[in-house]
Amino acid sequence: MKLYCLSGHPTLPCNVLKFKSTTIMLDCGLDTTSVLNFLPLPLVHSPRLSKLPGWISKDGAINLEKVKGDERQFMIHSQMANCLQLPELELLDLSTIDVILISNYHCMMALPYITEHTGFTGTVYATEPTLQIGRLLMEELVNFMERVPKAQSATCWKNKEIQRLLPGPLKDAVDVWTWKRCYSMQEVNSALSKVQLVGYSQKVELFGAVQVSPLSSGYSLGSSNWIIQSHHEKVSYVSGSSLLTTHPQPMDQSSLKNSDVLILTGLTQMPTANPDGMLGEFCSNLAMTIRAGGNVLVPCYSSGVIYDLLECLYQFIESANLGTTPFYFISPVANSSLEFSQIFAEWLCHNKQTKVYLPEPPFPHAELIQTNKLKHYPSIHGDFSSEFRQPCVVFTGHPSLRFGDVVHFMELWGKSSLNTVIFTEPDFSYLDALAPYQPLAMKCVYCPIDTRLNFHQVSKLLKEVQPLHVVCPEQYTQPPVTQSHRADLMLELQPPPMPYRRCSVLNLPFRRRYERVYILPELANSLVPSEVKPGISVATVSAVLQSKDNKHTLQSVPKPPPAPPSKKRKRVIEEPPVTLAHKPLLSGAVPLEAFLATLQKHGITEVKVEETADGHILHLQAEDTLIQLEEDGTHIVCDNNEPLRATLRDLVLRFLQKL
Amino acid sequence: MPEIKVTPLGAGQDVGRSCILVSIGGKNIMLDCGMHMGYNDDRRFPDFSYITQNGRLTDFLDCVIISHFHLDHCGALPYMSEMVGYDGPIYMTHPTKAICPILLEDFRKITVDKKGETNFFTSQMIKDCMKKVIPLNLHQTVQVDDELEIKAYYAGHVLGAAMVHIKVGSESVVYTGDYNMTPDRHLGAAWIDKCRPDILISESTYATTIRDSKRCRERDFLKKVHESIERGGKVLIPVFALGRAQELCILLETFWERMNLKAPIYFSTGLTEKANHYYKLFITWTNQKIRKTFVQRNMFEFKHIKAFDRSYADNPGPMVVFATPGMLHAGQSLQIFKKWAGNEKNMLDVKMQVEYMSFSAHADAKGIMQLIRMAEPRNMLLVHGEAAKMEFLKGKIEQEFSIDCYMPANGETTSVITNPSVPVDMSLNLLKREMALGGPLPDPKKPRAMHGTLIMKENSLKLVSSEQALKELGLNEHQLRFTCRVQLQDPHSDSDTLHRIYTHLKSLLKDYTIQHLPDGTVMVESIVIKVSSSAEDANSKVLLLSWSYQDEDLGSYLSSLLKKGLPT
Repeated sequence: MKLYCLSGHPTLPCNVLKFKSTTIMLDCGLDTTSVLNFLPLPLVHSPRLSKLPGWISKDGAINLEKVKGDERQFMIHSQMANCLQLPELELLDLSTIDVILISNYHCMMALPYITEHTGFTGTVYATEPTLQIGRLLMEELVNFMERVPKAQSATCWKNKEIQRLLPGPLKDAVDVWTWKRCYSMQEVNSALSKVQLVGYSQKVELFGAVQVSPLSSGYSLGSSNWIIQSHHEKVSYVSGSSLLTTHPQPMDQSSLKNSDVLILTGLTQMPTANPDGMLGEFCSNLAMTIRAGGNVLVPCYSSGVIYDLLECLYQFIESANLGTTPFYFISPVANSSLEFSQIFAEWLCHNKQTKVYLPEPPFPHAELIQTNKLKHYPSIHGDFSSEFRQPCVVFTGHPSLRFGDVVHFMELWGKSSLNTVIFTEPDFSYLDALAPYQPLAMKCVYCPIDTRLNFHQVSKLLKEVQPLHVVCPEQYTQPPVTQSHRADLMLELQPPPMPYRRCSVLNLPFRRRYERVYILPELANSLVPSEVKPGISVATVSAVLQSKDNKHTLQSVPKPPPAPPSKKRKRVIEEPPVTLAHKPLLSGAVPLEAFLATLQKHGITEVKVEETADGHILHLQAEDTLIQLEEDGTHIVCDNNEPLRATLRDLVLRFLQKL
Repeated sequence: MPEIKVTPLGAGQDVGRSCILVSIGGKNIMLDCGMHMGYNDDRRFPDFSYITQNGRLTDFLDCVIISHFHLDHCGALPYMSEMVGYDGPIYMTHPTKAICPILLEDFRKITVDKKGETNFFTSQMIKDCMKKVIPLNLHQTVQVDDELEIKAYYAGHVLGAAMVHIKVGSESVVYTGDYNMTPDRHLGAAWIDKCRPDILISESTYATTIRDSKRCRERDFLKKVHESIERGGKVLIPVFALGRAQELCILLETFWERMNLKAPIYFSTGLTEKANHYYKLFITWTNQKIRKTFVQRNMFEFKHIKAFDRSYADNPGPMVVFATPGMLHAGQSLQIFKKWAGNEKNMLDVKMQVEYMSFSAHADAKGIMQLIRMAEPRNMLLVHGEAAKMEFLKGKIEQEFSIDCYMPANGETTSVITNPSVPVDMSLNLLKREMALGGPLPDPKKPRAMHGTLIMKENSLKLVSSEQALKELGLNEHQLRFTCRVQLQDPHSDSDTLHRIYTHLKSLLKDYTIQHLPDGTVMVESIVIKVSSSAEDANSKVLLLSWSYQDEDLGSYLSSLLKKGLPT
């Protein structure tokens, strides 16, 4: 059993598990942090950005106009083509993948790269909310990327010799040649057409060999952990999970028990930030800015934490006297995201389910929309530009600040210190995200809300579910680089977790010893069990094994067809036995006195018993036959008297246990 | 012999009061707990005294499963759980859990408030009953206890209607509830995988009907409504079943839109209006088309259909009013009817409605056969239909699928003997060895027998090789050996004799391993043969054969063979 690790990103995993002749990909996250190496391309030409000087090598020999920046940082000023770093696609032949299991909508963004151009012919399994919201997030990404103004693309800097000389993060970017453009909507549709929907605790059989089953992970709508098991082995795949009470159904912890291996990914990226505290800070900063007459910009994904933010604001608006402040949610999928959130009652926490039973929409943003407090627009063009009032709060993407409508608002509001940008998404370093906008007058508040498990919660969970082995990204086995003294911000387990990094291939410590087989009723009825020890019985089984679709059955050995009546009947006896009739192993011992008594009963009376070092030798004088009786063996020496030998054999067998 | 028992307490050769008891693998399950629309006395509810004469049902039932929210499937639930007494789990899907208490409350109001019956369940009882409900998701495998598992499939009869697969070990039963194999305007078609249950318990409302074109009837219906409206008339449409109302609403709404009609359509406030909200929130349970377009337009947000108010009845001009059961009992529709009946332009669409309903939400004969093909049951059991029609369908099923088909009456028990395989854990070493020896494709003419020892300990069954069994049980092996001397006249040297034996055996025993070892022995499998000559006569040889009990058959054969001497 092997684990191929195609992504080193702990929260955007992409691993491939080979388990009992099946090849299972676990998630395919897309790490978009590579776009931070690029300058944002605003819709309106930005003289500030284009005036930035190009990079010139120290000796002045190389002059790259497309690599712009100042003493702080250089970035690529070009079309956002080939800007995405994919999971490793060369570590194994991806066309051999049988199934892809998706744990949540953030962890499927690389799906089209895997399913579309690798010869993939398998099936993707995901829950309905994961599929629907995942589709929205992909659609949004495609839309953002396609809307970016077309500029010339830059490739010079990717030359190894040149990249080596470049400053800062650019120099350290890896595999820049393999970076890919964003997929198209057509590829998204094709990829998602391969998705088969599953429900929590649904058991899906793969080729009869393995059963996979998603479990609620409590992190987002439809988010799941996966159990991959056969009758005797169990692998748990824990991806983004949460124990906090937000909108999704609570995490199913007990089903993770008794795993042989637990693959642990998707812990919080903000181990020191308390989500509740961050939410409070978010609200107070928002209120402060609005009261001072400024605008608030919240760069965010269009699904997920935004539902909780809106719910929190719903309760907060009145008390904070923000009843008249307009809230805008701008995204090509804003409407869909808000609508979809209301129809997944089955996937919601208990409180929200109860609301649906009333029947009321589970999320209060329905009321915010109805009362016109929250408005949503597909983009800043069209209706928004005429209806837009300030001061206001805008939720929009993309949280990297490199593309999407957020770029426009950064340019628009960045120059005034009245305005505030509040970062809530933990995926990007806010300083890196802001770098190309510096110098910035706008206030920046960082309240990352990451509801995923923290180290304290996960160690408690692991104590509870007791996996034999834990596999995790190497980042979890040491404290974060910036807080190297915090030994509590890492996993400490016995036995220590098996760390992986991008391109690792791990041999999972598995000892498979048993396989489930089925004994057909006819054979089962013919078995004769006998008790060998109190409570333990054994039966010898002779059967024909049939293996079909990885299912094994045992059935009775068919009786050989009766020999055709022939004249050569005598010859038949001389035929050697066609198949070796199996004789079982024997166990036990033959007690001397009891055996002698039995012999006597059968008319064998003249027995001379001789004691030896290991037992006795019985001399049957009349028959000229020797029986050597020992603790662990009986030896019958008998010439020219087959009937006697057979009798003695059966008498000995009476005392022994057949196995 | 393990068997599965099925006893209908209701819906046995009858429509209404669905309640079926199943005993499988030592578990007892109640499927549906409905009331009978046709009775107002004791026969209204299933006879729970069949289960136990005295006291509560909790000890006798492992779980109760409700297939959908129609009262003939859930109407007796609060009576059963609160008045007879049952505290175990009750399973139903989310939409059923949401809508069922509302219909029960409506039913209670009509019975108690309007008809003045006493000794009926109360609102509080409905609430207490619903607290015992555990929601089911489609395709989720719910472990009721360690052995009993249930799984719901989409049934397409009404919002949230489910078929359910009940499994204990390798025995299983599927109960369809009411289902529909053809998608309609708002629901999808029923679907189940090839789960090969021991018994498929199917409704058979339309056992003898083959659905004719629904489009025709719809067109007819719309034409009549349209004509009446054009004449400036008013149309009153009684709708009895929730779910069908939504189907008709969608039909009229799309028709109004297409024809650009302006006449108002009303439905009674309360039930239908509330139900529409449920349909909006549970849109994932509707058909593909509605689900796909719901962001642009939620099908259940009707533009032309508005809530009715009593005063509207006097409004001039044409209109369509849906009257729901509550309304009928409240006398509202009667009032309206009286008001409108004077004018011949108006139309009361009762017959049409009954006709429409009767062909909509149930599987027809073709659909039932289709489901059998999907699930591949070993036995079939019909409920929820008329005896004569069932008889006809039973014949068809037995003829087409060659499986037994049962149709027990209420209180009558059907037993089906199952023959489950026994799951055991086979040592992987043994399995791999066997699979390697057996080759990839078994030869049907020469089946290879494998041998092992089954160890039975508490509840575990392990199949291991005999050697491993000895080791695991901590037992010593006892070697049983036989030695046999055979006299032979053979005028050759000892080594030549041995070689002659070797060639002789080699020619006879083609399928065995025979070795001539340099230490002066011949080995046939593990049987040792040695030659020595007697001291007096060099031509008189003594063959020494030695074998273990495991080679008994071969050893015995060889000793008698060699006694006959060697061929010259």
